[in-house]
Amino acid sequence: MSREREKGMSLIVKTITRLTVGLILLYGIYILSHGHISPGGGFAGGVIIALSFVHLMLAYGKETALKKLPKTVMSLFESSGAILFLGIALLGFTGGYFFLNFLPKGQPFRLFSAGIIPFCNIAISLKVGAGLFAIFVALVLLKYEKNKKD
Amino acid sequence: MIELYILLGIMIVGAIIAIEIKDLLSSIVAVGAVGLVLSITFLILKAPDVAITQLVVEILALIILIRATLKKDLPFSTSGRWYFNTLITISFVALFFIVGVKCFKDLPAFGYPIMNVAATYLKDGLAQTGATNIVTSVILDYRVFDTLGEATVLFTAVIGVLAIVRSIGRKKQNQKIEEEDE
Repeated sequence: MSREREKGMSLIVKTITRLTVGLILLYGIYILSHGHISPGGGFAGGVIIALSFVHLMLAYGKETALKKLPKTVMSLFESSGAILFLGIALLGFTGGYFFLNFLPKGQPFRLFSAGIIPFCNIAISLKVGAGLFAIFVALVLLKYEKNKKD
Repeated sequence: MIELYILLGIMIVGAIIAIEIKDLLSSIVAVGAVGLVLSITFLILKAPDVAITQLVVEILALIILIRATLKKDLPFSTSGRWYFNTLITISFVALFFIVGVKCFKDLPAFGYPIMNVAATYLKDGLAQTGATNIVTSVILDYRVFDTLGEATVLFTAVIGVLAIVRSIGRKKQNQKIEEEDE
């Protein structure tokens, strides 16, 4: 009641957040994994995933969100996204040139089609989501320390 | 076409309100309204990919703006050399207007681009890349070097922000500041 209530927002906001944050995360994963079939893609999906964690952090306070996604895991995700994207590009050299679409194209309108494009989407979404959430956390921390100094 | 001009007018009015209003929260709300109308404009122009990206990035930017700026007292400098400032503003607006009119005369008509590469993408995109979303097939296959550059820019930006505002470097000066929030 006392310490738990003080962190974050009111009980109504917390309950609604508990119900919706999973759906937002799932929608982000849907947007990024269907980027080669329907509108969307890695960037938008990554931003929606970052928004679900921002939602959690706004409602529950910093500790709960950073327990789900610590800073080390965040930087690991961002770096591994960048490495994955470059690695996919470098794997194209097995067939000839940088960013060659070396996987089989598959059937249109299937989830597993279009060669390397879904994997590029996953890499970009990892990078964008982790990076934008890291920027948000950094800006909130900066604001807090400035307030503390005053 | 008329609804496009209505949305354009709403965006211009919202931008002017966002600049001129004194309350900071109202200004941020006006910026959000401009972003929402811009997203609807992208939908009307049949660009749903850009509309989705615009909407979600606008939400994130608004949250960061509210969290980062709302509690601070930003000074407004409304007094002072308003005559000089207004003169400079009007002259620059006139200059940009004249140059813009001259430039837009040379542009091709809407829907008739100079380069013919887009027609090739539309015709061969599905067969060559296997992606049914043509936008994704362009940004992740034909123009993937642009995407690589954009990802590099974002990576560098995140590293720069984290390097500037990280809290480890400040703790050495005053040790008693601890990392806790709300």
